Amino acid sequence: MSDALVIAELSEDGKLKKSTLHAITLAQRALPALGGSFSILVLGAAATAAAAELTGFGAAKVLVCDDAAFAKYTAEQFAPTVAAVGKGFGLLVATATTFGKDLLPRVAAKLDAAYAGDCAGVAVEGGKVVYKRPMFAGNVFGYCTLSTPIQVVTARQSEFDAAAPSGGASPVESVAKAAPSAAAARVEFVSLEAVKSARPELGDASVIVSGGRALKEKFMEVLEPLADALGAALGASRAAVDAGYAPGDFQVGQTGKIVAPKLYFAVGISGAIQHIAGMKGSKVIVAINKDPDAPIFQLADYGLVADLFTAVPALVAELKKRA
Amino acid sequence: MKVLVALKRVADPDNANKVKISSGNDSVDTAGLEWKTNPFDEYALEAALRLTENGKTPKKREGEVVVVTLAPKEGETMLRAALATGADRAIRIEATDADLDGRLVAYALKSIVDAEKPDLVLLGKQAVDGDSNQVGQRLAELLDWPMATFAATIKEEDGALLVGREVDGGVSTLRVKLPAVVTVDLRIVAPTSVYSKLTAAEAGFKHGDGVRFAPLPAIMAAKKKPLDVKALADVAAGNQLATKYVKFERPAQRAGGAKVKDVAELVEKLASVSKVI
Ligand SMILES: Cc1cc2nc3c(=O)[nH]c(=O)nc-3n(C[C@H](O)[C@H](O)[C@H](O)COP(=O)(O)OP(=O)(O)OC[C@H]3O[C@@H](n4cnc5c(N)ncnc54)[C@H](O)[C@@H]3O)c2cc1C
Ligand SMILES: Nc1ncnc2c1ncn2[C@@H]1O[C@H](COP(=O)(O)O)[C@@H](O)[C@H]1O
Repeated sequence: MSDALVIAELSEDGKLKKSTLHAITLAQRALPALGGSFSILVLGAAATAAAAELTGFGAAKVLVCDDAAFAKYTAEQFAPTVAAVGKGFGLLVATATTFGKDLLPRVAAKLDAAYAGDCAGVAVEGGKVVYKRPMFAGNVFGYCTLSTPIQVVTARQSEFDAAAPSGGASPVESVAKAAPSAAAARVEFVSLEAVKSARPELGDASVIVSGGRALKEKFMEVLEPLADALGAALGASRAAVDAGYAPGDFQVGQTGKIVAPKLYFAVGISGAIQHIAGMKGSKVIVAINKDPDAPIFQLADYGLVADLFTAVPALVAELKKRA
Repeated sequence: MKVLVALKRVADPDNANKVKISSGNDSVDTAGLEWKTNPFDEYALEAALRLTENGKTPKKREGEVVVVTLAPKEGETMLRAALATGADRAIRIEATDADLDGRLVAYALKSIVDAEKPDLVLLGKQAVDGDSNQVGQRLAELLDWPMATFAATIKEEDGALLVGREVDGGVSTLRVKLPAVVTVDLRIVAPTSVYSKLTAAEAGFKHGDGVRFAPLPAIMAAKKKPLDVKALADVAAGNQLATKYVKFERPAQRAGGAKVKDVAELVEKLASVSKVI
């Protein structure tokens, strides 16, 4: 029998990130194979408020390590403590945000554990946990088992629902900070330039409006009114980001953010394999493209062959008529 | 500066939708697809070349670039291409993808680092076949070196690198003292993403956009550059494979393809058929 440990993610200002709740769901689904319970580990400077928020999800314990050294995230600072606490568990889980993808493989190496990244599902077969992983830009699902005593995984946020509060009050316990590794003294956090936006985060948004290379310098001018009308988050293709029309963290795709909103607009995006990998799980897909043969149309529930520079403003006007 | 770059060959990523699954569902079949260098690894190599040259005289290398792969013999085509674009030496560790997981690759690379003692190891952020995204982070931990993952910019300072990383919500900047491990993201090959100490002072200098191509004479000359071959058992320090793929499957295809004639019909369908607005 073994237990699972969920690694919580906090924002820059110490607030609990909702992404954490998706990792809890993965842990809960793996429990039948582990036979134990799950706990949550919160690392931060002034992390008690975040820890308190996590007491209502049915965890055996909420473990907190409150230390000034955790004010700014670096994997070198975090990994020793996560590994020291994680040693007592059979499964370590975080969500596959850039935080989880940076930290957990490093923790895995410290524990000599095998790692399955960006899992889209877990199943319990023959007493073992089988992890379902998207590979080849989402064109293949591989099902794998990990044979090390400790297993480390990250959960693809769009594939696991956020855990719902189950009531109860998990006990909060302090844990000690582990001695830092030599590497920690050789890395310095310089800055985090956050893209400020009043819009929902891509990972949490129920509607996303994404634009491609075709938007040119008019990316924001054309798409913001549509996003405003729909209360949507903004996304982009790699080509739009590379060209500087949209910031890097807008990128949706195999190597950007993986999203699955209820409604996704692909505007002036051709539909390359790498882009599709990041949005094909969306419930309804709308494509606006002037090329009737653009591959994105094969995927779209509603394809509109049109010049986006006239179609998008017309769409905004039509939506406003209804509102 | 001496840079070690890890290169993986992958089945043509632009045709990843043509990957097949064997009849027993127990392996992935990439037959018919061309082998390419993992794009992120090509970018890592380009970053290594930029860091080890003075932008004014790109042919003169200020340091050494060593490329390494874990691959079968055919993987040497990729290594020769890397040598042709400017790498100095190559190492191939004999292995097939079925012999490997991220944990083993990291152990093998650690042995190479112990022997080669580079100042910097550059890797791709992920291999786009397995989409695993773990080797760089693991290697950094095994070496107890600092790391900067998902690098979009690198600037060399005295004994350190200033690295801009693409993270959720923005750009995070770290300063890592050398030796260090850096994994690169897409934007690392933009014209002003990477500056060595030598070029940083030269205000206004820009690199080309994307990765460079090898001129024909360099392709010929690359055939004579050193390429060492090692056995996996000699570098994996007794470690065994710990990830087992028990089954592969194709995801369900979306039933898309419908068109609407204008925005009025689109809005009408979204509201009354799909009920999403
Ligand atoms: C390693 C690697 C990783 C990658 N990862 C990603 C990723 O994560 N995400 C991603 O998106 N891409 C990724 N890519 C890039 C991907 O292969 C494509 O190059 C990219 O998605 C293309 O972006 P686009 O559709 O905006 O541009 P294009 O392919 O140039 O398409 C532009 C489209 O706009 C249409 N258009 C032009 N003008 C108009 C108009 N006036 N009105 C309407 N339509 C118009 C055109 O018909 C065309 O279909 C990756 C590539 C590599 C090599
Ligand atoms: N077989 C391999 N040979 C050489 N380098 C590899 C190999 N597998 C992974 N890498 C390196 O590790 C990076 C991350 O790979 P991964 O963790 O498998 O997604 C790649 O971009 C390569 O730089």
